[in-house]
Amino acid sequence: MSEAHPELGFWRKYVFATDHKVIGIQYGISALVFLFIGFCLMMLMRWQLAYPGEAIPLIGGLLRESWVNQGAMLPNFYNQLGAMHGTIMVFMGIVPLAVGAFGNFVVPLQIGARDMAFPRLNMMSYQAFIIGGLVMLTSFLLPGGAASSGWTSYAPLAVIATTGQTFWLIGMIFLIASSLLGAINFIVTIVHLRAEGLTFFRLPFFVWSQLVTAFLLLLAFPALQAAAVFQLMDRLVGTSFFLPSGLVVGGEPLAAVGGGSPLLWQHLFWFLAHPEVYVLILPGMGIIAEVIANNTRKPLWGYRTMVYSLLFLGFMSFTVWAHHMFLTGMGTTMSTFFQATTMIISIPSVIILSCLLITLWGGSIRFSVPMLFALAFLPMFGIGGLTGLPLGLAVPDVYLHDSYYIIGHFHYIVAPGTIFALFAGIYHWYPKVTGRAMNVTLGKIHFWLSFLFMNGIFMPMLFEGMAGVSRRLFDPTIYAHGAAVHGLTVMTSWSAWCLALAQIPFVINFFWSMRKQERAEENPWQATTLEWATPTPPPHGNFPETPVVYCGPYEYSVPGAARDFSPQFVKQEV
Amino acid sequence: MNEPQYGWWLPPNVSVSGDEVDNLLNIIHWFMLVLFVGWSIFIVYCLVRFRQRPGHVAIYEPIKAAFSKWLEVGVGVAEVVVLIALAMPAWAAIKNINSQTPTDPLIVRVVAEQFKWLFHYPGRDGEFGRTGAEFFSDDNPAGLDPDDDVGVDDITVRGLHIPVGRPVIVRLNSKDVIHSFKIPVMRLTQDVVPGMEIAVWMQAKDTGKFQVGCAQLCGIGHYEMKADFVIESPKDFQKWLDEEHAYLGLDDE
Repeated sequence: MSEAHPELGFWRKYVFATDHKVIGIQYGISALVFLFIGFCLMMLMRWQLAYPGEAIPLIGGLLRESWVNQGAMLPNFYNQLGAMHGTIMVFMGIVPLAVGAFGNFVVPLQIGARDMAFPRLNMMSYQAFIIGGLVMLTSFLLPGGAASSGWTSYAPLAVIATTGQTFWLIGMIFLIASSLLGAINFIVTIVHLRAEGLTFFRLPFFVWSQLVTAFLLLLAFPALQAAAVFQLMDRLVGTSFFLPSGLVVGGEPLAAVGGGSPLLWQHLFWFLAHPEVYVLILPGMGIIAEVIANNTRKPLWGYRTMVYSLLFLGFMSFTVWAHHMFLTGMGTTMSTFFQATTMIISIPSVIILSCLLITLWGGSIRFSVPMLFALAFLPMFGIGGLTGLPLGLAVPDVYLHDSYYIIGHFHYIVAPGTIFALFAGIYHWYPKVTGRAMNVTLGKIHFWLSFLFMNGIFMPMLFEGMAGVSRRLFDPTIYAHGAAVHGLTVMTSWSAWCLALAQIPFVINFFWSMRKQERAEENPWQATTLEWATPTPPPHGNFPETPVVYCGPYEYSVPGAARDFSPQFVKQEV
Repeated sequence: MNEPQYGWWLPPNVSVSGDEVDNLLNIIHWFMLVLFVGWSIFIVYCLVRFRQRPGHVAIYEPIKAAFSKWLEVGVGVAEVVVLIALAMPAWAAIKNINSQTPTDPLIVRVVAEQFKWLFHYPGRDGEFGRTGAEFFSDDNPAGLDPDDDVGVDDITVRGLHIPVGRPVIVRLNSKDVIHSFKIPVMRLTQDVVPGMEIAVWMQAKDTGKFQVGCAQLCGIGHYEMKADFVIESPKDFQKWLDEEHAYLGLDDE
């Protein structure tokens, strides 16, 4: 299969690329840039929270007049930052990095395919994503600024908000379209393009996680797509899908037909957004499974159980959305149902986590940089999962709802959880992508500092939440219980700024290693899965010869084998 | 009245049903802590015992982990216990209280708007005047129908006063967007959704001066949408009501 590919020009090769690896890299770079932007927005917010009303140092004077007063942040700007931080991180940072970048680059390689099933659709998916992202960012330049009604955009607030919200909705429509196109592509690719011998139960766990994620995206996102169109119509053409009759805003009756329901938006939004939570975490779990199997030098414990748990998790994630809505005046029957489903969905998560933990037992644990991130993922995701428990039960939730406790909870899942998993993935697959290894010392510095400051940010939030401090407050100290925990707020802010500094070694490592580090071998981690069968970096078309798969994905330390790893693509002498 | 003490854990509880919430929160957090410490010990032990070193090889055969089954069964059982034995009865109790009419309740109507709370008490006749969205204006923030005589003696104020010990039913309304009525010391949060009236029930067991806040993002002034919340002895409460009545200027008749 060594047919010659004509050398593509710059534009076809790097900009309008159809090669899954280039698209994966495009997604990766864009998503890392968006993550950085989202992080910057948050650092600005942390200044206001730690030092309310004081001028923002260095850049306070450079910001727009409508955002700051003599360098000090205005509440309107704070709300924009809050809404856009959430939106950027979730829809433009984590999901594109976890699915768009890692999924695109790794999945075809791991299943032995030459490309995705629909390369042009893949390109279109990236283009829709980047358009959506740019629309979102451009909204900061509008006279009224960007969307400011939270990443959840609850109606009626979002319907009566400034034009930024219209941009938010249009941006979302593009981002959702991008995800839908990508999801279809992943499903077809994984089902149809697996190499000979690669049965479903020989798939690496990462591929399984991407398959389930693709189904979640495909089935959940249309609900929000429809809802976004409805809200757009409420804003632009005077419909009232989400507006009840008789609203009086700022003393003036609202000129709307009425008869709609604000709760309808919440149902549609959370019908997407709860599966979305699993979209954020499942690819991360997939990466962690790869890294742990590779670095413990033994098969994953309970691989099949993990796969069944994953499928069950995906299915159940469609039945828990209303646990975000316990406070909307829900009756006992409804709340009982959603509490029960919420408790049930925690079981498969506990099973997957336990399988990963038990895999450590009896291993020969290699403390490589990706493994450090993977090991930190386990307890951090554990904290995130455990703190979900009181929130999933209606009574404690009545107290903790919309407090800093929930901010701490989901950030533990997504930040030291998913983002650590993504870092593990970057360190793990970097040699495959660039052909060079990353520097280990810089990697370790990056890990330990990130681990420290991540906890410095999110642990205090759990205590603030217990103390009753609400989220989304421009200045929590105006409440007595908020002022009492102000020390924790300051600690969080300083941790956040230090976390930014802790990323410097990573950035240096990322660019410096690309040129200066020694060339990586084809299989530097001595791994077993198919992506390591390709030349490094993989050429267009990936595999010089069509690979054939002979065994399961994690055949490490097989008794009697010559080496402690038996790749899937090598026929074993029996 | 003592100044309430706030710290890094739960704030003081002045609600008769608050202990149930606090107990549940504390039990769950102990459970979480035990599980987390258990996991951590296991991880650290594994990392030390099974670290890569010369002469050490990984075990290919999966261990027969009775441990994992016990852990999963244990977590499952604990969750079922928490759910059935603690959470559901507590929720049912709160909801039943809400659906029953407590004896001799004080009823307060709350009107939320960007970015303030309005508390609407029935006057001496014990009945609320008719209200409607079309009547809202700057000097009629509760939206009372001017043609309805029942509403003439109604009291509308910006701070919430309740008597200690007496059941209070709060009927929540919003003029514009979704707000959330939150009183941490009462362990109470309830969304206020425009287009529907939601009633919640509370009963204080202690006096004190606290704050009501908004817990749902409602716009630019969301952060300052708070009101005083005063729990008084029935005598002081009556005195306060009388003063408010006097302010209406109806007592001369």
